[in-house]
Amino acid sequence: MALSTSSPASGLPGVTLQGDFSHQHQVLFRDLELRVEAAEWTCLLGPSGVGKSTLLRLLAGLETGGAFTGTIDTDDHFPLQGRVAYMGQADLLAPWLNIHDNVLLGARLRGSAPDHGRAETLIARVGLADHTAKRPAALSGGMRQRVALARALMEDRPFVLLDEPFAALDAKTRAEMQELAFELLAGRTVLLVTHDPSEAARLGHHILIMTANGLNRHPTPSRPPIRPYDAPETLAAQIALMSQLRSQPDA
Amino acid sequence: MRKGYDIAVSFVLAVGVWQLVVWATGVPHYILPGPYRVWQSFVFNFPLIMEHAQITIAEVLIGFVIGAALGMTTAMHLMVSPAARRFMLPVMVFSQAVPVFALAPILTLWLGYGIASKIVMAILIIYFPVASNFFDGLRRCDPGLLDLAQTMGASETSTLLRLRLPAALPSLGSGLRLAAVYAPIGAVIGEWVGSSQGLGYLMLLANGRAKIDLMFAALFVLALFTVALHALVGRASKRMTDWSG
Repeated sequence: MALSTSSPASGLPGVTLQGDFSHQHQVLFRDLELRVEAAEWTCLLGPSGVGKSTLLRLLAGLETGGAFTGTIDTDDHFPLQGRVAYMGQADLLAPWLNIHDNVLLGARLRGSAPDHGRAETLIARVGLADHTAKRPAALSGGMRQRVALARALMEDRPFVLLDEPFAALDAKTRAEMQELAFELLAGRTVLLVTHDPSEAARLGHHILIMTANGLNRHPTPSRPPIRPYDAPETLAAQIALMSQLRSQPDA
Repeated sequence: MRKGYDIAVSFVLAVGVWQLVVWATGVPHYILPGPYRVWQSFVFNFPLIMEHAQITIAEVLIGFVIGAALGMTTAMHLMVSPAARRFMLPVMVFSQAVPVFALAPILTLWLGYGIASKIVMAILIIYFPVASNFFDGLRRCDPGLLDLAQTMGASETSTLLRLRLPAALPSLGSGLRLAAVYAPIGAVIGEWVGSSQGLGYLMLLANGRAKIDLMFAALFVLALFTVALHALVGRASKRMTDWSG
């Protein structure tokens, strides 16, 4: 079946953000360069308030409340706008719509013809085929986050920005969601903001630590993601990341 | 079912206390009639009360529909227009400092003794609660949801109609429920100030002729109608927003 849950297009671009950002005359970062590699997962860690979410919002083209001077460049030089899907810590489901209509929210908002068949296939793909007519309030936190994942996939965008999407889930659900998301987002350019070293150690092709002085690249295990949570190299990477984070001054 | 039972019990209790007060104080019936006397008056004057009730009900319903529509339109307008927020909002808030009751005589002067001045009273009194509740709801839409809509390429209009509006329906419901209670107050005040028909007129007339039992009977019909309108509006808004807790 030619359902495009995987690689949306060949020659997928990566994206580079370069520049300075200040908020109310306070510099949040200067001469920063963020590189998000094509078709891979880049994990971004760092203390709260250091500007991770600001980076994400800049890439998503959202209001940041501050001033950015610099460039956001894609490898194919087409603008990023309209090619980004976003998923946050809150599921952001519309409580008045059922699961099916929530997955189709983008089409509803754009006034374009909804692809009901594809929505149903994606809902089945995240394991919620029996719940498609339910409202979000009837679902658990993990199920709601799976709906949000299906909704992001429905948008079928080459760039996917994830802002701590699994942070509010219990440990078991989180591990399952990481596996599901990694499988379904394969072939897309993903930037994941996370506070969880083990998450970065499992999922990252690239791991970046953001500090007040900029971005530092952290070595990743040689085994490609998604890595088993209990593999020695995953655990070693997790420990190394943790000590790296602990050695950073507070933002 | 349980709720109906509770209401019946409190009704019987209230009537019982009322009757006790009448017995215990021996107050004359032209000061405070007992519940039975009021009931008798209600039955005896039923055609008269209904004739006047029709007028008041018409004033309230017309005022409710127009006032709610104006309030909702204003809220949407405030939402989409920064200029409206800057210049209209202060006027709206200030207008709330003017007691609507004080306007009743002037409205009667301008619009006459007919139902028009009462409809306008009802509109004036419900306009603000509907507009401000609905505007609040529209404004308080989850910012995360709005961000999401932006990344999805939604237009301003579609964000307003498909996200803000449905998200604001519970707030609109509270505004409309308030309006259902306020609208009869507006109409009756209008009737008190100057009219030749309506429950407010009938109450004033009965009061003047020391027919306190008739006044109470008219008052109860008014209260009953208000409760019914409130319940109807409450049920309708609940149906619109069955998704919200």
